[in-house]
Amino acid sequence: MLLEIKNLTAGYKSQGKIVQAVKNVSFVLEENDFLGIAGESGCGKTTLLFSILRLLKKPGEIFEGEVFFKGEDLLKMDEEKLRRKRWKEFSLVTQSAMNALNPVFKIKDQIMDVILEHSDYSKTEAMEIIEKVLQLVGIQKERMDSFPHQLSGGMKQRVAIAMALVFSPPLVVMDEPTTSLDVVVQRSIMEEIDEIRSQKKFSIIFVTHDISLLFEISKRIAIMYAGEIVEIGPTKQVYLSPFHPYTKGLINSFPKLTKETKEYKGIPGKIPDLSKPVEGCSFKDRCQYRKELCDKRPEFKEITSGRWVACHFPQ
Amino acid sequence: MKYLRDKIMFFLIALLSALIINFILPRMMPGDPAERILMKMGGEIQPEAVDAMKIALGVDKETPLLQQFFSYLKNTLTFNFGISYSYYPVPVKDLILNSLPWTIGLVGISTLISFVLGTSLGIRAGWNRNKPIDSFITICSLIIRGFPYFWLALILLYIFGFLLNLFPLSNAYSTHEFLKGWKFFGSVLYHGFLPGLTLVLASLGTWILTMRNNMVSTLSEDFILVAEAKGLKDKDIMNKYAARNALLPSVTSFGLSLGYIVGGALLTEIVFSYPGIGYLMYKGVTSQDYPLMQAIFFIISLSVLIANFMLDFVYMFLDPRTRG
Amino acid sequence: MKIRLNKKALVGAVIILFFILIAILAPLLAPYDPHEFVGTPYSKPTSKYILGLDRMGRDILSQLIYGTRLSLIVGLTTGALMTSISLLIGMTAGYFGGIIDRILSTIIDVFMVIPGLPLMIVIASYIRLRGVVPIILVISFTSWAPGARVIRAQTLTMRNREFILASKITGEKSVRIIFSEILPNMLSLISSDFFMACLTAIVGEASLEFLGFGDVSAITWGTMLYWAQNSSALLNNAWGWVLAPGIAIATLGASFALLNFSIDELTNPKLREV
Repeated sequence: MLLEIKNLTAGYKSQGKIVQAVKNVSFVLEENDFLGIAGESGCGKTTLLFSILRLLKKPGEIFEGEVFFKGEDLLKMDEEKLRRKRWKEFSLVTQSAMNALNPVFKIKDQIMDVILEHSDYSKTEAMEIIEKVLQLVGIQKERMDSFPHQLSGGMKQRVAIAMALVFSPPLVVMDEPTTSLDVVVQRSIMEEIDEIRSQKKFSIIFVTHDISLLFEISKRIAIMYAGEIVEIGPTKQVYLSPFHPYTKGLINSFPKLTKETKEYKGIPGKIPDLSKPVEGCSFKDRCQYRKELCDKRPEFKEITSGRWVACHFPQ
Repeated sequence: MKYLRDKIMFFLIALLSALIINFILPRMMPGDPAERILMKMGGEIQPEAVDAMKIALGVDKETPLLQQFFSYLKNTLTFNFGISYSYYPVPVKDLILNSLPWTIGLVGISTLISFVLGTSLGIRAGWNRNKPIDSFITICSLIIRGFPYFWLALILLYIFGFLLNLFPLSNAYSTHEFLKGWKFFGSVLYHGFLPGLTLVLASLGTWILTMRNNMVSTLSEDFILVAEAKGLKDKDIMNKYAARNALLPSVTSFGLSLGYIVGGALLTEIVFSYPGIGYLMYKGVTSQDYPLMQAIFFIISLSVLIANFMLDFVYMFLDPRTRG
Repeated sequence: MKIRLNKKALVGAVIILFFILIAILAPLLAPYDPHEFVGTPYSKPTSKYILGLDRMGRDILSQLIYGTRLSLIVGLTTGALMTSISLLIGMTAGYFGGIIDRILSTIIDVFMVIPGLPLMIVIASYIRLRGVVPIILVISFTSWAPGARVIRAQTLTMRNREFILASKITGEKSVRIIFSEILPNMLSLISSDFFMACLTAIVGEASLEFLGFGDVSAITWGTMLYWAQNSSALLNNAWGWVLAPGIAIATLGASFALLNFSIDELTNPKLREV
């Protein structure tokens, strides 16, 4: 077990109001796993990621929970020890590559500094690593001397991914890495990511609002709603037989390529206000299967092997 | 490349504007100070100098305006400024040559010190935003910002020069004895200390606050988060990622405040009777020495424009985006 | 528009109100008539003459109190005039864009680079008028540039925002758009700019008066310093004469700086106090 999250609750405190963006999240990640986390904008996905990596900045705060990485709780770790583990054990690819690279440094220098910081490689050895890793994502080595503003959006994103792979860390966290790119580039990058992962065998946590993308590439998928994980399981199974009404609603809202679309089905209602505590199930106001029991908070439990749901009446 | 070309164009346009202003002003004025000046001149003056002043001050009503302007341009650009009225018969050019180096030395050194010190403090304040050290630095800077240059000069002069007798009250170097070599240099430093301190303190607040705000802005960018995720040392993130980028707008605003700094230096020189170009201008004002004032205005503008251009040039090396 | 008063703004506002009060209540607060000869020249501060007497035997404290009026009026008027000029030029450049913008931007940049005080000095000496009005005009017409730049930048961003484009499409006249749509959204920027302008005005006014360009028979903090310098106040140990007006200028200036800084904090989300 590479990563175990237990009861993680985090959010934002400002002017007396507390917003709980992540509520009591628990899940597990194995080695060589590909977990996709899907959810609407504002459901807490990014907060969750940053909490796991302990990168949450004020006014963000982790209220409770534990994050066990290879058996050690990252949240309680000494800061210097955590800093030394960064990038070597877990790396990050952020949402907008537009801004993820330092505008005043050449590409090679930006990748070089993290290599030199966490290892004993000489500069020449580091250069070889950089060349190799750029080649992996399809960037010619002449580009090493370029500055970020000289690259296209797609190229910048590839550089960000290459940079994340420099130590071949066991865990790579990706926060909507393809959202700001056009569809064609998106596709090719996704395919590359998948290939590299099967080659190098590391785990990915991939967060996006584009659930159809996840259905194509992830091994396991987690559905997030209003700060909670409402369903998690092997992708194919979740797609073919979703348990949670929200998951059902999401899948039904896609027009199918093959069948005729009779009507568009959305999910009525909207996300609850995360600054106020919710009585019972957070989805109950929008759920068509709602019953009286739903006023009591459903437990997040394993229904069948590997499939977890937070619902009183999983179908 | 485009960046450099634009900056050169701007330099030329601004220079032309300064020249035009200098040309128009005396012609808009009621009365005729130039007549007065020329009446004082005897026959020992070179005719070119007399002509230059006639042109510069608009005495010659005969020649068409445009022709006057071109003659004026030619004179100014060859530094033919005519004769000083109050220091008659010394040519204005010589007066300026004597005082300009003092001002450049004083302003150059103090501004450099102030900018470097202010920027480092600003970096610390921005990095430690809202912590006590930031609040302290910020509030002190806001308070100093309201101090007029000349008042600061007066206070320093009074306390350290007059009351405590630690520093001299005037001049750039000791006029009591004839000094050479290192002793001379030492005397220069000694005399320049208080004026220099005034200039440093007066602009310190601005550099600190600008850099601090730029740091705070830069720290909210994504690449800072990535730098932290990369597990880089705090010191490296603060300097290589944050400060290095926050420096760019600071340098730009530094260039734009050069004119203001020069104004402050002017006042400081006056208070300390420091024989730079500001003090010279003051003398010119009190004795209505128009040829002198006009020439000084041009020289000051030219210096600021040159300094500004050099700064733009330096900026090109700091920001790779200007190089295409 | 949510107005949150933070500490800095509060301090700044209190200081300004304090000075305004003094200006209004001057006749009641000043112990003596500021123009009257009341005692031995260059008297040191005593309980009778709290800040001492100047070279003509006039009470410095009274001068300081009465001087608040003109200093404040000139400072605020100049600030207002400067801000209006910045607003006019900045918004025109930002809204209309194209060739108008290029010309105006260049003008703005030129005025920013040409040194302000030397220019003011040259203009003021050519005009040969001495007094408060020339000072207001000279400062306003030379120092409006930094504000114009900021306003232009903001107008540019606003112009491209959707609600403006919507107004244009429905055929609203440009002038109306500028006044009823863009302007209200820039109020905080304009107030921040106004305070900055007032700071520049106060310091500029003091500097020009110190050099003798003001009406030296009028009483302002700047002319007090002019007389102090010309009467060798320091050499005669009349330190109150030099200290007091300067502190007044610095304090009022600081209050403007505080207000400017805190409004900046309020409107720029990146700088906001968390």
